[in-house]
Amino acid sequence: MAEITAETHQSQPRQPSPGRMPRNWSEIGSRLVPGLAVVTAMIFGAVFMVAAATDWAAARAAFSADGVGGFISEVRPGIGRAGIAYGALFEGAAGLGYVNPSSIRAETFYVTLLPLGERSLVFIPRNLIDTIVRTIPFILAGLAVALGFKCGLFNIGAEGQLYAGGLLAALIGFHPAFRGLPSLIHIPLAVAAGIAGGLLWGAIPGFLKARTGAHEVINTIMMNYIAIRLADWLIKSREPVIMLDTTASVPRTPFVAQSAMYPYLANTSLHFGLFVALAAVWLVWWFLYRTTLGFEIRTVGANPSAARYAGMSVSRSVVLAMALSGGLAGLAGAGEVLGVQHNLSPGFFAGVGFDSIAIALLAKTNPFAVVPAALLWGGLINGAGLMQVRADLSIDVVKIIQAFIVMFIAADQIVRALWRIRARRRGEEVVFARGWS
Amino acid sequence: MAEPAATPAAEPVLEVIGITKRFPGVLANNDIHFTLTRGQIHCMLGENGAGKTTLMNIIYGLYQPDAGEIRMNGRPVMIHSANDAIRLGIGMVHQHFMLVPQLTVTENIILGNEVTQGPFLDRRKAAAQILALSERFGLEIDPEARVGELPVGARQRVEIVKALYRQASILILDEPTAVLTPQEAEDLFKVMHALVEQGVSIVFITHKLKEVLAVADQITVLRNGEVAGVVAPEEASEASLAALMVGRAVILQVEKAAAHPGEPVLSVEELRVTDERGHTAVNGISFEARAGEILGVAGVQGNGQTELVRAITGLMHPLSGRILIAGQDVSTATPRQITELGVAHIPEDREADGLVKPYPVVDNIILNSYYRPPFARGIVMNEAEAVKQATEVVERFDVRTPSIYAEVGTLSGGNKQKIIAGREFSRPIKLLVAAQPTRGLDVGSIEFIHKQIVAQRDQGVAVLLVSAELDEIMALSDRIAVMYRGQIIDVLPAAQADRETLGLLMAGVHPAQD
Repeated sequence: MAEITAETHQSQPRQPSPGRMPRNWSEIGSRLVPGLAVVTAMIFGAVFMVAAATDWAAARAAFSADGVGGFISEVRPGIGRAGIAYGALFEGAAGLGYVNPSSIRAETFYVTLLPLGERSLVFIPRNLIDTIVRTIPFILAGLAVALGFKCGLFNIGAEGQLYAGGLLAALIGFHPAFRGLPSLIHIPLAVAAGIAGGLLWGAIPGFLKARTGAHEVINTIMMNYIAIRLADWLIKSREPVIMLDTTASVPRTPFVAQSAMYPYLANTSLHFGLFVALAAVWLVWWFLYRTTLGFEIRTVGANPSAARYAGMSVSRSVVLAMALSGGLAGLAGAGEVLGVQHNLSPGFFAGVGFDSIAIALLAKTNPFAVVPAALLWGGLINGAGLMQVRADLSIDVVKIIQAFIVMFIAADQIVRALWRIRARRRGEEVVFARGWS
Repeated sequence: MAEPAATPAAEPVLEVIGITKRFPGVLANNDIHFTLTRGQIHCMLGENGAGKTTLMNIIYGLYQPDAGEIRMNGRPVMIHSANDAIRLGIGMVHQHFMLVPQLTVTENIILGNEVTQGPFLDRRKAAAQILALSERFGLEIDPEARVGELPVGARQRVEIVKALYRQASILILDEPTAVLTPQEAEDLFKVMHALVEQGVSIVFITHKLKEVLAVADQITVLRNGEVAGVVAPEEASEASLAALMVGRAVILQVEKAAAHPGEPVLSVEELRVTDERGHTAVNGISFEARAGEILGVAGVQGNGQTELVRAITGLMHPLSGRILIAGQDVSTATPRQITELGVAHIPEDREADGLVKPYPVVDNIILNSYYRPPFARGIVMNEAEAVKQATEVVERFDVRTPSIYAEVGTLSGGNKQKIIAGREFSRPIKLLVAAQPTRGLDVGSIEFIHKQIVAQRDQGVAVLLVSAELDEIMALSDRIAVMYRGQIIDVLPAAQADRETLGLLMAGVHPAQD
């Protein structure tokens, strides 16, 4: 018989402390999964390039003639091409290249970092600046989707919200009624209109979800169609002319007034939108983690029944999250109109809204992580042109790499298996969106 | 006491030798030895988290042990899956039944093991086989009944027949009495004895001491993943078993002074509530809970207690009737309005409703007060105040957590419940609605939560305690209401309520009507 002692209770098993410091590869690796997904996708992309660049009939013939050595000699040029391609992709994206300076076009400004004989390590600032310019809408739209995820909502409607925002921003920008306003008023007005457009476009599916339970995935997709077709009609319509610039040879809106354009920074193509985007990152983080409304949105996303128990209004949070998500996408649309193109043409956003879903996933819905994820996307797209020229590979290769990245993020078990990272613990997974309800 | 079933020279049918199972950060089973002999009822006793379920899942092939071996009839066996276990004659009745409610009893039993004639099911033959089985062991079931329409006790019999139908000679019953009235439990024990007499061996998992002493031939007590003792029921008492289970002396009685009931705080009038599928769950209930008393609501699970609690706390709106809290009609109020009237709610499903598991402890502690001073001014939250509050609650309620920033999902059940209790009790309240407040907790946490509930009562809070554990109801309540099929069948002063009377009421038998 056990002796009976009168101790204070020690019966509870000690809980393992959820690591402050990572202790082993599986813990460090878990945090690196998004990065490893990108690396894996690049490797897969390389395999794809080699496959595309190799003459397989010749390789087979060489294999039967000279064995493995012959085969390798046939495949080697393809591997070289893949190397050139990634070099060019990086040079186009980040501006850092190992090239013969005489091959750089005369009007392009560059700095030689390290002269190494015939070829040198050079830095071409313009490439990096263009990458950043392309990154700006990705940051804002990525934030938009991430904010939706935080509330357990899958906002596929960023694309439509971009158009809604872009249209209204363009309208305020070019409309004669607003011409002559000082920039200090005209820009904020156009930006506010852009936000309002996206806000409305996001709030509608949010409201439908809260009121009727209609799934936001379906309704945001439908709102995309409406926005894209609406933009088409508003811009192209000749009878009556609504937003068409009749003097232009292609369908587009008139240019926005000088007073509505985002100022450029230091005579580059880099515009004020960069600060808007970075401010939005901080603001979204602050809103989510430092305000009661953000707390409600996150709680609804993490556990809606606990949110109800705690007295929160689930429907209010859903509408608010969708509206703010749309507003951020609208801000992205406004920025592209006011900072880059200065007008809006049909098809202008061409997938930015859809790419932003991938960016939010890559960032694991963390507002700060959206910045590097967006930068990666901006870089891939901006570097693709140079890659095409140098390696004679289609720009589509970049699309394939992007698709692999998204796949590996969504199915991170693949990455974990490839890199030997142990399966995630319970509770570690991020809830992106809830099922059909 | 049970009749002596096992003969002294009983042959071992199942031997567990040195089983060790490790999960990340937890040693769930450590060198466990355990022998089941033919025709024996072997009780596996232990608190939640002691490793009972892990061990049974290893025997049933759901987990693979890290070390040790399992022998059946003296020969080592490898059990890689539930299919292996079934083939070896091991049957398991899970706590949550694995039945398809839309199918009939026969269909459920033959599922995965169909009797066929050509490509067709031979229902008649199957039904005859099942009837024969049920008669042989005294398990009353109707092979043609739809499982969804059967009461819980009958569903459990279906599970047992299902195991026997698959020729199980070893039955593992996981907490089988948790869903039964005391009388239904008695019936189950009779069935168990009938099974044992015909050579079936039973592993009976439970944490209820009375049952162990009533049915066991042999008792193995687990604590923290290790065998704390193997005892015969003749040598054991409730106190000694509890001490073995917890590792220290346990006070089985809750000490409380006489109640001093005051004004009614909660009045429920002719309340009707439908459940989520639209069926009437609460069917015309009226009662009052007074300041300074604990009103216990006894009843077998699923008799409308859940819906009653959800209606009172604003999570469901009643179909008709009124709910008054401190004189205010809250029948259509929101959960927040009700909370602000001074109502604390310990929810039945703490994981789903009471906590946000991926959140740190601190966010869970301010989960329903985050929006008001001092935790927020306007919409801006004040983290320092939240941290202060969390630190205080963690200390006062003895929450064992590595830090207030640890994810709540990683804590044990007892600590989770302490966080909920700490959150609810750290603001001024008039009414406490506690639903299954100690379900699945270890003895230390149960004592702690019970003391806190009594302390609230002594401070003049009206307590509505809903529990399926009759012992808990009897230990804590000043008055006891018994719910059956959505109605309160009777309300008794605690002094007049014994197990027998309550058990009959829980089964819908009103002594006054006999």
